[in-house]
Amino acid sequence: MTQAPERYIGGGVPRKEDPALVTGRANWTDNIKLPGMLHVSLLRSPYAHAKITSIDVSAAREQPGVVAAFTGDDLAEDWDKNPQANPAAVTGYGMSLDQRVRQAQEGGESSVTDTPETTGEQPVDEKTRTFVSWIPTDDTKIPNHWPVARDEVNYAGDIVAVVVATDRYKAQDALEFIEVDYEPMEPVVDVEAAVADGAPLVHEDIGTNESFTWTLATGDIDDAFNRADVTIKERYLQQRLIPNAIETRGVVANPDAITGGYTVYSSTQIPHILKYVLAVYCDVPEQQLRVVAPDVGGGFGSKLNVYAEEVIALVLARKLGVPIKWIEDRSENYLATIHGRGQVQDIELAATSEGKILGMRVNLLADMGAYLMLDGPGIPILGAFVYPGVYTFDAYDFSVTGVFTNMTPTDAYRGAGRPEACFAIERIIEALAREVGLDPVEVRRRNFYEPFDEPTDTPAGIQYDSMNMPMVLDRVLELADYEGLLEEQRRRRESGDPVQLGIGFSTYTEICGLAPSQVLAGLRTGGSGWETAKVQMLASGKVEVITGTSPHGQGHVTSWSQIAADALGVDVNDVEILHGDTALSPYGRDTYGSRSLPVGGVSVHLAAQQVVDKARKISAHMLEAAEGDMEFEGGRFSVAGSPDQNVTIQDVAAAAYMNYDLPEGMEPVLSEEVFWDPPNFTFPFGAHICVTEVDTETGFVKIRDYFGVDDCGPVINPIIVDGQLHGGIAQGVAQALYEEAIYDEEGNLTTGSMVDYLIPGAPELPKYTLERTVTPSPTNVMGVKGVGEAGTIGAPPAVINSVVDALSPYGITHIDMPASPWKVWQAIQDAQGQEAGTRDADLSGRPSQAADSTDTEGGTDS
Amino acid sequence: MIPIAFDYEVAESVDHAIELLKENGDEAKLLAGGHSLLPIMKLRLATPTVLIDLGRIDDLNYVRDEGDHLAIGAMTRHCDMERDATLQEQCGLISYTASLVGDPQVRHRGTIGGSVSHGDAASDLPSALLALEANFVIKGSGGERTVAAGDFFEDYLQTTLAPDEVLTEIQVPKLNGAGWSYKKFNRRAQDWAVVGVAAVVERSNGSIGSARIGLTNMGSTPLRATAAESALSGADPSSVAEATSSADEGTSPSSDIAASSEYRRHLARVLSRRAVEEALSR
Repeated sequence: MTQAPERYIGGGVPRKEDPALVTGRANWTDNIKLPGMLHVSLLRSPYAHAKITSIDVSAAREQPGVVAAFTGDDLAEDWDKNPQANPAAVTGYGMSLDQRVRQAQEGGESSVTDTPETTGEQPVDEKTRTFVSWIPTDDTKIPNHWPVARDEVNYAGDIVAVVVATDRYKAQDALEFIEVDYEPMEPVVDVEAAVADGAPLVHEDIGTNESFTWTLATGDIDDAFNRADVTIKERYLQQRLIPNAIETRGVVANPDAITGGYTVYSSTQIPHILKYVLAVYCDVPEQQLRVVAPDVGGGFGSKLNVYAEEVIALVLARKLGVPIKWIEDRSENYLATIHGRGQVQDIELAATSEGKILGMRVNLLADMGAYLMLDGPGIPILGAFVYPGVYTFDAYDFSVTGVFTNMTPTDAYRGAGRPEACFAIERIIEALAREVGLDPVEVRRRNFYEPFDEPTDTPAGIQYDSMNMPMVLDRVLELADYEGLLEEQRRRRESGDPVQLGIGFSTYTEICGLAPSQVLAGLRTGGSGWETAKVQMLASGKVEVITGTSPHGQGHVTSWSQIAADALGVDVNDVEILHGDTALSPYGRDTYGSRSLPVGGVSVHLAAQQVVDKARKISAHMLEAAEGDMEFEGGRFSVAGSPDQNVTIQDVAAAAYMNYDLPEGMEPVLSEEVFWDPPNFTFPFGAHICVTEVDTETGFVKIRDYFGVDDCGPVINPIIVDGQLHGGIAQGVAQALYEEAIYDEEGNLTTGSMVDYLIPGAPELPKYTLERTVTPSPTNVMGVKGVGEAGTIGAPPAVINSVVDALSPYGITHIDMPASPWKVWQAIQDAQGQEAGTRDADLSGRPSQAADSTDTEGGTDS
Repeated sequence: MIPIAFDYEVAESVDHAIELLKENGDEAKLLAGGHSLLPIMKLRLATPTVLIDLGRIDDLNYVRDEGDHLAIGAMTRHCDMERDATLQEQCGLISYTASLVGDPQVRHRGTIGGSVSHGDAASDLPSALLALEANFVIKGSGGERTVAAGDFFEDYLQTTLAPDEVLTEIQVPKLNGAGWSYKKFNRRAQDWAVVGVAAVVERSNGSIGSARIGLTNMGSTPLRATAAESALSGADPSSVAEATSSADEGTSPSSDIAASSEYRRHLARVLSRRAVEEALSR
């Protein structure tokens, strides 16, 4: 038996999606217009924390074009239209979401199964309403999260009233006629202040601002610190980031009079998960709910969620019996779509005087914002497994406390937990290099794993799949001409050049390809990690692939076509990829966490192989040859030794479809469906060097060059992988130098638009010099890893290490992200003992500036 | 991001625009490039009920050599000034500064007249026009008047323009041998300046003859760095650093999320030095 050579995998097949996307012909949610459709505008709280003492929407109801207006109380019973219905779907460990939430609230055991006592019996008002799925501990505190606030608002942007009108403009105008009286309460806008004694409570009924504490420990951490020659303690801040997908969110809910069900179109990454959660939250029988993700313009994790607006649209469609549309505007997107990051990281390292790491302690405060969103509590936990990074040592101790604040809820943002981890280890290893007097390259080498290609234990108690750090580091040093850069740096330092050169490293790995369901269940994600694909050859010999992943910019249509075309030996344009519709694929675990290729793409490959296996049997029957004698190459089955005796796979597809002469007992058609649950995650890795020029007179940081050698295993489409790395590094640079969601003391988002929230553009970014190596993953038969988040994870420490390196002659050892010119200038002023002026104009609400503390005494607030 | 309802009127001529302004009073706003006005309308920070579009008045779009000066029509777009050969040769400060405004989309819609009339101290062209000692031609129901740039900007987003007046032309000098520079400091290319400095420097027998410095975003209006200008007058080129150390004198920059007032003052000094040095090298 021979295997068709790969024609498309590894080749730069132009993205099939792009002509429609770049000419504006895609089917965005806002392009969906249905007969009789009404439009929703939402009144949002201007206060971060307040009691609603009265609210009156009656005047809004009288405005032109307005069909209805509702408060939270008006809709209180609508979330539970069928309180007896129990959508029996269960999550990772045997309980419905609703049960799990209730259980967690009561602090009870998590093994209870459905009983009449635990389902649907509570009065509406006593039922905990929440969107959270990842509930990390039994005693996690879960606040009530009403889609429309009732008595209290908990962040600026919380929805307080709904207007439904014949068009969006009329709906928006009518909002101004809603009268709300607020009694402002003291807001909590700082995670450290939130956990201090006597802090005001975000949710008074919960009695604490601490939602949960989750820990992980391996080895003897105390022994590691006792044995250490050197201990280092650092504090790093992960600022809040705003995801900024280019298409804002939007939803259309369409009632179906025949079935009594609904089709929900949503700009989401997760149509399948959304369907399940909406069914539970709104008590719509799951079989009557269809969710469609039309063309989706980006997500970066922000559309890996279930939002109040999706519930509102569905409930209003049920209440009013007509299609309901809500489209988020950009201002709302800044307030009401989840934010990312938001952590205070206390990191301690124990090491020998030779720079060998012995152990690591990590203590995090993670800003959950006002409510728990779908995976919000899990984001720092995902990071917990990669704080040790590409270094091997014996003892590791991790703890995170999730903290409520009166700010926009947080959740997954590109990298989701791993950029924070990578930043911490890649920053503190620089401190170690300084402390023991080694070059940052050398100290890394001393702690690397020996190259391996089979699963290998890590300090975090998991197994990395494959890794070769010396290879990628050696190559990136060559690419960048490290020696030449050091020489230039020396020259600039000696001549007192006002523009100093910085050389910054990041050697990273990350955990992706979310994946093994048993592990995800053990982590209490409330989800599972399998994926599904169906490959079917049609009567005409063309190919349809149905995938459970849900692309929103990644180019799955192209990559999956390449995988199927190579496996089947057909033209790449004879393959169509169908996705994003739960009527088409009732099952699927959607797209996030760099999982699509290593889980979903591999499923396509496996299903296509099953099609070939069946076709092989039929071809042997057609040619009256033994199955074992059939060779398959270039889409053609031929008899070994008699190449003239052959049939194409299209011929076989037609024969399978006609079903008048198949092998005895064989079912008709070539259509194979695979459900695949990988045995492990995948772990791409790489080495980056960021070269900066820092203007010491103004503080301006220019990235002159950026070098990277990345390894994500075999590449399906190099154009797409380049794009993922370019965009990923850009978002990493964005966190390092530009972006920051800033709240004032009252809890107002002061960076509420693209004017103040600085997303870098092409002029701010360097030309990347990137290469790749190929170390296959043993996790799947294709050897592929994921690459969607690698750049965003690897880049921030490379940039900050570079800036700090440039400024090291001043004795500067740390600058918080984003390293704005103002902050860099302040650091230089401080280092020179000169007046740095006001540090915090309009910046109140940020965690206090991280203190440098490369000693054993711990940090101080400055 | 959804504005209130408004009426839209097309002005066929400047006189028609003035007539429409008179008819609609304070409710009306002139629409030039719209890249300052429309965003604040979408945020409902501005709620004009009538927009009077100047975009169809073709005879406000020009750059002319008027012998002793250059005349720029108020509806001339940034991208056209950026590429105009006459401006590049005779008043490079304007074509260069125009090339730094916003991003390509903004430069293809935005106009010099719109930028000046909006009166934003963080805009680049107003401080360049101050340093050039430009004149503005204004037409209203009371006739035509010419106002010096130094008298035009009154306060935050406030100018000497009356509600029924239209800025029609900007007059700038030919720079001949004088050196010029514009130093824009911002975090992203597309942003307003954190601080900007325009300099026009005339040389005289190896010394600095005179220097005019315009400051962007150092107060509620575009400003002249008068103390530094005096210190530079007749000074030796080697003393530029010292002379520009007073560039922030008399300014009152704001503190915001981009910079503290102290940092802005520091930037004004550094950028003034760099601008004058660059002007001297041109």
